[in-house]
Amino acid sequence: MAALLEVKNLHAGVKDREILKGVDLVVNKGEVHAIMGKNGSGKSTLAQVIMGREVYEVTQGDVLYNGQSILEMDPEERAREGIFLAFQYPVEIPGIKTSYFLKAAVNAIRKHQGKEELDAVEFLKLVREKMELLKMDKQYMERAINEGFSGGEKKRNEVFQMAVVNPILALMDETDSGLDIDALKTVAQGANTLRSPDRATVIVTHYQRLLNYIVPDFVHVMMDGRIVRSGDKTLAQELEAKGYGSIEKEVAATV
Amino acid sequence: MTQLAEDRQAFLSHVTRDGNGSASAAAPEWLARLRRAGLEWFKEVGFPTTKQEAWRVTNVAPIARTAFVGARPVDLKPDDIAPYTFRDEAACELVFVNGHFAPNLSSTRALPKGVTVGSLASQLDKHGALIERHLGKYADINTNPFVALNAGFAGEGVLVHVPHSAGSARPIHLLFVSTAANEPTVSHPRVLVVADDAATATIVESYIGIGQGAYFTNAVTEIVAGDGAVIDHCKLQEETPDAYHVSTTQIRIGKGTNFVSHSATLGGKLTRNDLACVLDGEYAYATLNGLAILNGEQHCDNNTLLHHEKPNCPSHELYKYVLRDRASGVFKGKIFVQKDAQKTNAKQTSKSLLLSDDAVMNAMPALEIYADDVKCTHGSTTGPVDEDQLFYLRTRGVDYESARALMTYAFAADVTRRIKVEPVRRRLEDYMAAQHGLPQDLRITDLSAHDEGVL
Repeated sequence: MAALLEVKNLHAGVKDREILKGVDLVVNKGEVHAIMGKNGSGKSTLAQVIMGREVYEVTQGDVLYNGQSILEMDPEERAREGIFLAFQYPVEIPGIKTSYFLKAAVNAIRKHQGKEELDAVEFLKLVREKMELLKMDKQYMERAINEGFSGGEKKRNEVFQMAVVNPILALMDETDSGLDIDALKTVAQGANTLRSPDRATVIVTHYQRLLNYIVPDFVHVMMDGRIVRSGDKTLAQELEAKGYGSIEKEVAATV
Repeated sequence: MTQLAEDRQAFLSHVTRDGNGSASAAAPEWLARLRRAGLEWFKEVGFPTTKQEAWRVTNVAPIARTAFVGARPVDLKPDDIAPYTFRDEAACELVFVNGHFAPNLSSTRALPKGVTVGSLASQLDKHGALIERHLGKYADINTNPFVALNAGFAGEGVLVHVPHSAGSARPIHLLFVSTAANEPTVSHPRVLVVADDAATATIVESYIGIGQGAYFTNAVTEIVAGDGAVIDHCKLQEETPDAYHVSTTQIRIGKGTNFVSHSATLGGKLTRNDLACVLDGEYAYATLNGLAILNGEQHCDNNTLLHHEKPNCPSHELYKYVLRDRASGVFKGKIFVQKDAQKTNAKQTSKSLLLSDDAVMNAMPALEIYADDVKCTHGSTTGPVDEDQLFYLRTRGVDYESARALMTYAFAADVTRRIKVEPVRRRLEDYMAAQHGLPQDLRITDLSAHDEGVL
């Protein structure tokens, strides 16, 4: 059976600047992968390219989802196929009520997957349950999307939306940054409920902190647009102890 | 005689033929004087041309060249104007058809005690002295040629008087209906609002058109408020696509008075709104917000002035434009700070969304500051739908077209959600939703969730 996600020799960038310089990554159902790296290593770009951000041009390689290339697909099609990106910097959209937006999103995905659309009552039930899980303010659904929220609240909202949408492949881009320890635990708990043999999660992070709560099966280190080392959770601990410097030296020595 | 002078003569000879022109019959001497002065001055200066700085990007030659006649009264049924009325949500509703008061369509039953709302003509006997004291004093005939022209036909219109400590926030709705027909017509609506100290008033002016054909609305509104008053003013323009709409709104507010204005332009082929607010007392607070949603070849020019006369006054201004097709928008925002107006805190923002390559926006902020301890900021952005927001919505499964529609709605809703007058806000947001086939349940109805002062 094909892997859920297979990134093959992926090169991508903006204008004349190449950011991803040949990324290879295989994620199977049931797995949690962590991609670690310093700022500018290309890890957020990788998440955005998998989601279909148009500002990045893919110049070489491929991204396969369930064995099919998704490079020609629009972001909304990818979302409907079950991919979700929790943003590093969630966008504020004043003027659109969160409840409306989220219901439209959930039903667009359900419709595509051949499921019945949720009516108002069913939607509310689903949302209430996830709001409790993520300890969301009751007013949240009546407010405009992310408007006036602190950085931490926005991140929590991303995981809340992820829990509501229940994606097959969840990409979490630096979800831990800007969170205090309590919020971090809540967010990790939310993400952990998505763990199942049918789903997979890719966590992009700078620090090991979040990985104490969402324990990964695989850890990859990204450097200058490539995955330079892969291992199990002990790799994250090693990074935390020694810093990225030691791996940089190690990589430099093998080239 | 020059071409323009001929235009002006021809224009006047038509306009004075009937309709509003005949309103001069039983006018008191002071009013007759105001009319004469207006007409004389208009004959002197004529229509503005694009050679004049204030009219550089708005060409009113199509108005000057059209042989408008004074609009005559037409009998309308309540059903004809039903979508535009506020019914029980209004404290009172005065309807004018082609500039003529229509008592059968109007209602003043829920008016708060002491408050006067009536047609100018009907109030001349009882409130003649009050009208004489204020009419034409804030919108002077020198303000611009259209004010002079309007003064030339003064008589029909509205008087709103809210005495000391009286009034309520329930809207006073002034609905000006034009019925377009074969022959191009002109009307000159006039509104005078006098709010005494500590008065509270919500005034809504709606300008709508029914039928097909060219017509010209030349409106002048004067609002004067004493100290400690709370005034909410909305102007909703939904003229027909063939209409010309020129309006001048002159406001003067006293110490500690809070004045809020929302202006929305949806209709009209050519629209020019001049809006000036003089902050004439310490701690007066003015908010001028505006929205224009235009398509086809519509043109809308909002020319605003915040005139800070006294110290310690804040002012906020937010104007937004949604432009499709070959529509064009103009925003001129002037902040004038007098020498004595120290500690002025003025913030002005204009934002325009261009939904086609052919839409054009012209934004011109202007600061003229004579005080040395003030905070004045202005910012202006013009561009397509925000890519980051678009991507965010799409990653949640919302398709490109729907995401773009939602973003456009959200862009305009940033202005409408600040409107406290529910029927105005609802009308605008329903219009915005309907434009994109969006349902009405995306409206944010919880007003407490946002701060009106945040830009």
